[in-house]
Amino acid sequence: MAITDAPKIITARLGYDDSFTLERYLATGGYTGLRKALTMTPEAVAAEVDAASLLGRGGAGFPAGRKWSMLRKNPVTYLVINGDESEPATFKDHMLIEGDPHQILEGVLISAYALQVTQAFIYLRGEFALGLERLQTALNEAYAHGAVGSNIFDSGFSLDVVVHPGAGAYICGEETALLESLEGKRGFPRIKPPFFPAAIGLYGEPTVVNNVETMANIPWIVNNGGAAFAALGAGRSTGTRLFALAGHVRNPGNYELEMVKTTFRDLIYAPVLGGGIRGSNTLKAFIPGGVSAPWFGPDQVDLPLGQDEVGNAGSMLGSGSVVVMDSATCMVRAAWRITKFFSRESCGQCTPCREGSGWLERIMYRIENGGGREEDLDLLMDLCDNISPGVAWPPQQTTICVLGPSIPSSIASGIRMFRDEFLVHVKEGGCPFD
Amino acid sequence: MSHLPADMRTRAEELVALYPEPRSALIPLCHLAQEQDGWLVPEAVSEIAELCGVTAAEVRGTATFYDMLHTEPVGTYAVAVCTNIACLLGGALELLEHAESTLGVRAGGTTPDGVFTLHEAECLADCDKTPCVQVNHRYVGAQTPESFDALVGDLRAGRLSDTIPTHGTLVRVRRSVGLQADPAAIKSERAAVAGEQAARVAASGEKKA
Repeated sequence: MAITDAPKIITARLGYDDSFTLERYLATGGYTGLRKALTMTPEAVAAEVDAASLLGRGGAGFPAGRKWSMLRKNPVTYLVINGDESEPATFKDHMLIEGDPHQILEGVLISAYALQVTQAFIYLRGEFALGLERLQTALNEAYAHGAVGSNIFDSGFSLDVVVHPGAGAYICGEETALLESLEGKRGFPRIKPPFFPAAIGLYGEPTVVNNVETMANIPWIVNNGGAAFAALGAGRSTGTRLFALAGHVRNPGNYELEMVKTTFRDLIYAPVLGGGIRGSNTLKAFIPGGVSAPWFGPDQVDLPLGQDEVGNAGSMLGSGSVVVMDSATCMVRAAWRITKFFSRESCGQCTPCREGSGWLERIMYRIENGGGREEDLDLLMDLCDNISPGVAWPPQQTTICVLGPSIPSSIASGIRMFRDEFLVHVKEGGCPFD
Repeated sequence: MSHLPADMRTRAEELVALYPEPRSALIPLCHLAQEQDGWLVPEAVSEIAELCGVTAAEVRGTATFYDMLHTEPVGTYAVAVCTNIACLLGGALELLEHAESTLGVRAGGTTPDGVFTLHEAECLADCDKTPCVQVNHRYVGAQTPESFDALVGDLRAGRLSDTIPTHGTLVRVRRSVGLQADPAAIKSERAAVAGEQAARVAASGEKKA
């Protein structure tokens, strides 16, 4: 395995200081994918995306083409783009929105054409003040350029796009919560079934919800063909993908890598990527796909960066964020902080999540701060089992949305991989890393 | 009597006209009201309710769900220190402790002069620059205790007012198209679109789920 010379599909423009302007976008092939798509039939455009086997880049990894084809017989009313990136340690969409907003817009325009939708909303995380300004500026430029609005490039196709700001709530990254939020309500996830967005979405109408990074791939796919995209990667994981590398590495950052052909070891240690563990410490554990994912130890560092490869090993590639923890990291503190996050962000609809996350957080806090008891470890696992029976992967669900079953991952990983470290906290009456 | 001054009222009506249903403008209108007052004063809540066709209680019900919407006064500068996992690994708890001592308030508190409100934030999605800090939702890069004190000094002296507007101003770029269009024209356009959609549904011969 090695780092491949696969093309930069979505990050090619980011090296330019003015990567976010229409001028730079047009000078680097911008909106040619849209012009090409408008000469094709909507079905042919959708077929290219289907051929690319592009997996949704939001976290769940559902094939974008299949999401669309489910709606071919049942016309879609709205296209909604999920730019509410809030999964801890995930910062790829943030970079794409600020760095190349026109690429996202072009993806939205092509997708809307393929779906024959005339109204699209881009829901951006409220905390992305600069991203909101960049995207709104890009949208204004695109309207003036004739790429958005009525009769786009004289094709007869029209689309209105609205950039919608969120207001700070992790749960709104969940697609049905996002739709509630877009309707001016609290971000309460809807129960599925029946509220699959494809059937009953925004204002009760059939709606497609896609992630920002998914959209960013669409112009390249139309320009180069779905087959060229599918030729990259392997198995179900085609193309390239952005991996957000954070934690104790020398060079944290976003890296666009060919899927499956690159491993976690490459990402963490290659000099042109992560550059290895900071200082003279060694790798203790890493989280392979956002804080909802079970942790991996150093023995799994040679796994390829592929959806099924990571899934079969008992975790998930999720949002593409990789958090590296070195030998000086207190695993109790890490798991406590992640649990505190879920406790703060639980929307409060379902008892196992609302109450369970708070109980777990308080027990973790007392272990970390010297008030823990030996039986707390069993108590933690018992509570996890109440939230997600069996505490297995993929997790069982007792709640409306997947936030609930995401809560046990870090605690269960911590206890299973570092039981002795938890017990030292209890026996010594405090954190040995302090 | 409108709480929002004429120009803000116009912007509010333009926002409402953007959406198929007025209620969708609720959160954007809350941001607009915060741009005006720094937080959601009761008069603004009533006006948003009227604009969206809901009750004031419904506006408050939504607003209190979201971290960025405030039903109590907030400092001129809302300083958010992320302590989530990537920042935790980068020393965020130590930075937050330092910030509390520099500003003399605990996380969640506002300084007596009303200049700063300190927040302990969840992940702000800038995880290669830890510990991550935002001021009024503008990134200010990775911070050390020393740089944090310098930042506070710069904010107090007004040296960053060009890049960091006062609390409440979220997006300084206005929509140049659509928003300024005649709401009646938008409405008729939407009706036409709905008609086309209905025709497509009928043509597909499929029942809606």
